[in-house]
Amino acid sequence: MTGRPSTSPPPRRRSTSRRAGPAGGTAAGPLDVDALLADRGTEIIVCCGSGGVGKTTTSAALALRAAEQGRRVCVLTIDPARRLAQSMGLTELDNVPRPVDDVDDSAGGSLDAMMLDMKRTFDEVVEAHASPEKAQQILTNPFYVALSSSFAGTQEYMAMEKLGQLHGQDNGWDLIVVDTPPSRSALDFLDAPERLSSLLDGRFIKLLLAPAKGPARLLSAGFGLVTGAINKILGAQVLSDVQTFVAAFDTLFGGFRQRAEATYALLQAEGTAFVVVAAPEPDAMREAAYFVERLGAEDMPLAGLVVNRVHESAAAGLTAADAESGADRLRSSQDPDDVATGELLTVHAERERIAVREARLRDRFASTHPQVPVVPVPALPGDVHDLEGLRRIGRELTADGTAGATPVD
Amino acid sequence: MASWTPLHVVTGKGGTGKTTVAAALAIALAGRGQRVLLCEVEGRQGIAQLFDVPPLPYEERRVSTGLDGGEVFALAIDPEAALLEYLQMFYRLGRAGKALDKFGVIDFATTIAPGVRDVLLTGKVYEAARRTGDTGYDAIVMDAPPTGRITRFLNVNAEVAGLAKVGPVRRQADSIMEMMRAPSTQVHLVSVLEEMPVQETLDGIAELRAANLPVGRIVLNLVRPALLSPATAEALTSGTLDDGAVAAALGRASLPTAAADALVGEGLGHLERLTLQDTQRRIVDAQDTPAVELPALPDGVDLGAVFDLAQRLRDALVRADA
Ligand SMILES: Nc1ncnc2c1ncn2[C@@H]1O[C@H](COP(=O)(O)OP(=O)(O)OP(=O)(O)O)[C@@H](O)[C@H]1O
Ligand SMILES: Nc1ncnc2c1ncn2[C@@H]1O[C@H](COP(=O)(O)OP(=O)(O)OP(=O)(O)O)[C@@H](O)[C@H]1O
Ligand SMILES: [Mg+2]
Ligand SMILES: [Mg+2]
Repeated sequence: MTGRPSTSPPPRRRSTSRRAGPAGGTAAGPLDVDALLADRGTEIIVCCGSGGVGKTTTSAALALRAAEQGRRVCVLTIDPARRLAQSMGLTELDNVPRPVDDVDDSAGGSLDAMMLDMKRTFDEVVEAHASPEKAQQILTNPFYVALSSSFAGTQEYMAMEKLGQLHGQDNGWDLIVVDTPPSRSALDFLDAPERLSSLLDGRFIKLLLAPAKGPARLLSAGFGLVTGAINKILGAQVLSDVQTFVAAFDTLFGGFRQRAEATYALLQAEGTAFVVVAAPEPDAMREAAYFVERLGAEDMPLAGLVVNRVHESAAAGLTAADAESGADRLRSSQDPDDVATGELLTVHAERERIAVREARLRDRFASTHPQVPVVPVPALPGDVHDLEGLRRIGRELTADGTAGATPVD
Repeated sequence: MASWTPLHVVTGKGGTGKTTVAAALAIALAGRGQRVLLCEVEGRQGIAQLFDVPPLPYEERRVSTGLDGGEVFALAIDPEAALLEYLQMFYRLGRAGKALDKFGVIDFATTIAPGVRDVLLTGKVYEAARRTGDTGYDAIVMDAPPTGRITRFLNVNAEVAGLAKVGPVRRQADSIMEMMRAPSTQVHLVSVLEEMPVQETLDGIAELRAANLPVGRIVLNLVRPALLSPATAEALTSGTLDDGAVAAALGRASLPTAAADALVGEGLGHLERLTLQDTQRRIVDAQDTPAVELPALPDGVDLGAVFDLAQRLRDALVRADA
């Protein structure tokens, strides 16, 4: 990273502890988040996972904790909840990181945060790579507008693009934490650049470009049929819009592919660590397993898995069945304390059933992926929407968390 | 004016239970002798997983019985297949249709061309909703895109109508919008009783209304039932029911007294969650879209649980209509 403070050159050694892919050997211990954050070799942390599991919360919590432990951090968040955004000062929508107030900087760290504006990021790429007239032509083209604002995958691609930009900037950061978009699948994040560039390299687009570039004989009979059909269905305007779009984009294709490849390489670099987030639900855990395997196949460095919003059994040893039968016995008592305790046992039984179901899922993951370090984060009773909440999650992510005995959801 | 099969669109924040609620609603609506179509549009095969059947092809398949012996059919709408079907139906393109596919136009159209994907997905639902006779349905339930995208999704044909001034595309777009805005359509929003999802739901309702799309109900899913009586809640919060009292009671029931501390903590946590739920419930009650509640089932959702939720949904809807 160019923005590294000259005083503390981070060691560029390959830390094997961060490589926890399925290729790894023996069983891993719990995920040591503080060690990950303290390791100056960690330059980029990417939080991935399926929708709604807590990626944004986890990335913000990791970033805040790292900053308060002395790292100079920039966090790139994507669609944070309104109140969380407000508490981090993410009200300026200018697509650049801003310092977060009220961060404890006594350890010498700092925190900048930004919220990704996908369309704006795309527009900036276009503006940076095309002449003003050509940029204008692209920016107003209906196909570009659709591509930049709603194409499935654009947000993922732009998150990577922004990461590449932030990483290349000299702003004194020594750690960038990246949130990923609420995709249906965590894999979308890795597949987006390829999808986008293969789309832009597609046969149809090549053909549309051909008349502008190559000899007329490229206009095969088949293509005539195609344009005929499109004109018949949608009218000539649509085809000409597509052609303008494609022609204008043509000059950018090479650039796009190159940038996507560079960012992809950055994700494979040894300073990068992926943190996979999952909820203890079958779908999310299945996704997490796919993702972990995919990271291994792509030689991307996995730090570990955060299982978020876990219900752990508090009164260990008291099973759901025992609690239920106890509740039955106490319910008919005349003593109000007995009746109340019976009700508490019902609460415990329900919680215990959930804990057991979740534990089964976690155990299954642990036995099929023994080399992946895991850390559970309990489900807190309320939303996480301020710095104090993020600090709490930060503590739960690390050994500190076990000390707190606050009741959880 | 045309008449359409009732269409129930189920949206909501990701992970709050759209697929589960859509399936339960389809089962609830499939009364005696009725046929209900449950369709998904996001290519996730969530319905197949829920009903424990192999991935659904682009074909209506019977997946379940309804509550009183009706039938539930399911369809995973695939935009590419829908486009080819559409071209065949309206234009009898023949060789040109194949050429479109071969030249990557279908791929282009369904991934990058503005709105085409959504036009095709909604177009297929429209086709099913217009059908009468043996292949028609008594109700259609759509497991729809999440709240953040729903208005744009349902409204896409209005945009098309703006682009295409005349011709068959325009006529089709106009009819689809007419159906989407008709009283036979209802958009239901699934939420949980937490601050962010509730806020997102209310924003979503405002957006739907602004686009003249008919809002049905808010389905509050994963609601924690209150397990403590008011007396116990009061004793816990005031501290009169403390570790010692609970330990004594546990002893009388021959249970480990050491669990007392944890039980009190869990009880307080439960109350805190219920208080947060109540705060959000008050916000929901204060606005004018009616809400129905579905409990969090402690053992998760299997097919039996979907029937349980279906029964509860129907009871709530019948009660509300009475
Ligand atoms: N451990 C936790 N306990 C309680 N609430 C939590 C916890 N972690 C996250 N939340 C809450 O869950 C909600 C979803 O979290 P978050 O926005 O971080 O998820 P996400 O994975 O980024 O979602 P999306 O895929 O929509 O971007 C938020 O309201 C957040 O406050
Ligand atoms: N009432 C309920 N009680 C218990 N678990 C539930 C309930 N409703 C849904 N779930 C569980 O919650 C998870 C999410 O549900 P579902 O898949 O229906 O949500 P979704 O909104 O369709 O999610 P997505 O946004 O990923 O499509 C599933 O594991 C489901 O089994
Ligand atoms: Mg997020
Ligand atoms: Mg779903």
